Amino acid sequence: MSGQTQRLNVVPTVTMLGVVKARLVGATRGHALLKKKSDALTVQFRQILKKIVSTKESMGDIMKTSSFALTEAKYVAGENIKHIVQENVQSASLKVRSHQENIAGVKLPKFEYFIDGETKNALTGLARGGQQIQACRAAYVKSIELLVELATLQTSFLTLDEAIKTTNRRVNALENVVKPRLENTISYIKGELDELEREDFFRLKKIQGYKKREVERQRLAAKAFAEEKLAEEISLQKGISVGTAHDLLSHSQKDEDIIF
Amino acid sequence: MANKPQIRSNSSALIAMIADEDTITGFLLAGVGNVDLRRNTNYLIVDSKTTVKQIEDAFKDFTTREDIAIVLISQFVANMIRFLVDSYNKPIPAILEIPSKDHPYDPAHDSVLSRVKYLFSSESVAGDRR
Repeated sequence: MSGQTQRLNVVPTVTMLGVVKARLVGATRGHALLKKKSDALTVQFRQILKKIVSTKESMGDIMKTSSFALTEAKYVAGENIKHIVQENVQSASLKVRSHQENIAGVKLPKFEYFIDGETKNALTGLARGGQQIQACRAAYVKSIELLVELATLQTSFLTLDEAIKTTNRRVNALENVVKPRLENTISYIKGELDELEREDFFRLKKIQGYKKREVERQRLAAKAFAEEKLAEEISLQKGISVGTAHDLLSHSQKDEDIIF
Repeated sequence: MANKPQIRSNSSALIAMIADEDTITGFLLAGVGNVDLRRNTNYLIVDSKTTVKQIEDAFKDFTTREDIAIVLISQFVANMIRFLVDSYNKPIPAILEIPSKDHPYDPAHDSVLSRVKYLFSSESVAGDRR
């Protein structure tokens, strides 16, 4: 797997080890926080799901009631009432206002309707069927209320869905990419540092051995020189040649210097 | 977040409609309708003479307009431009499929509700497994 071997491209030093360790701590904390956020969003999401299903089902009934009210109005006020209504349209008196709600850092829009100004349809059906028309109006305002609520839920649903996906992606990225990478880097730096330490130790050992050999060599040289000197002295004293003095010395020292 | 919805707060927005004549009349009576200076309306009456092209154009227009927060669309109209409705995934304006008088409401066709149902079933399956 490529994720196993991945690590950051860093210089293996003790400072870098500290930096990477701090980053790993940060990544772990961020992972925990994001996981909590994802859980909170999921709880909210499920509530919204339930509400959407129930509201969608009640929407059918409300719309049926409104349609029936309109049919009543048409029956009483005549078929051409719709042309009057359509001609009377100028500017909307029923509008939607939106404000935000914050859920675990996700901004959800919340719609609410409000009636702004006088409706132009106040005099519609003055001749006949005014009551039915007002009832019809009320029924449609009621259905608008429900539809606006449903729109809020639906928008929250879409926004939360997106937010949950993003959060989960981040959680997974931290868990499966960033954290292993940092851990690999830490183990790599530790390995390199150990390697350096061993190398250093070996070098010191090597130098120690070299020094020891050097000392021994000098000692031997000094000893040979002393022997030479002694042989010369003896030869001077006894008046014999240096070679005979050497023989003499080697005979007398044979037992001691058996190694040499 | 990449596609963060642009939410304008403290401003009023309109409700747009694409539906049959009766439904539109009812909502107009409630005071939803709006006609601006160029005689552009925020609703489209769909009858037997309306072409799919007109509906598509109206849908695209309503979903891109700044001052519209909710688009109500009759389900039988939504079925005509199903590919557009299904591919639409922005949170604002919200698309709501509403039943109309001649066409009873069928939750199976609703793009959002089908997603909701899908999530519900997948979650309950996951819940059973646990």
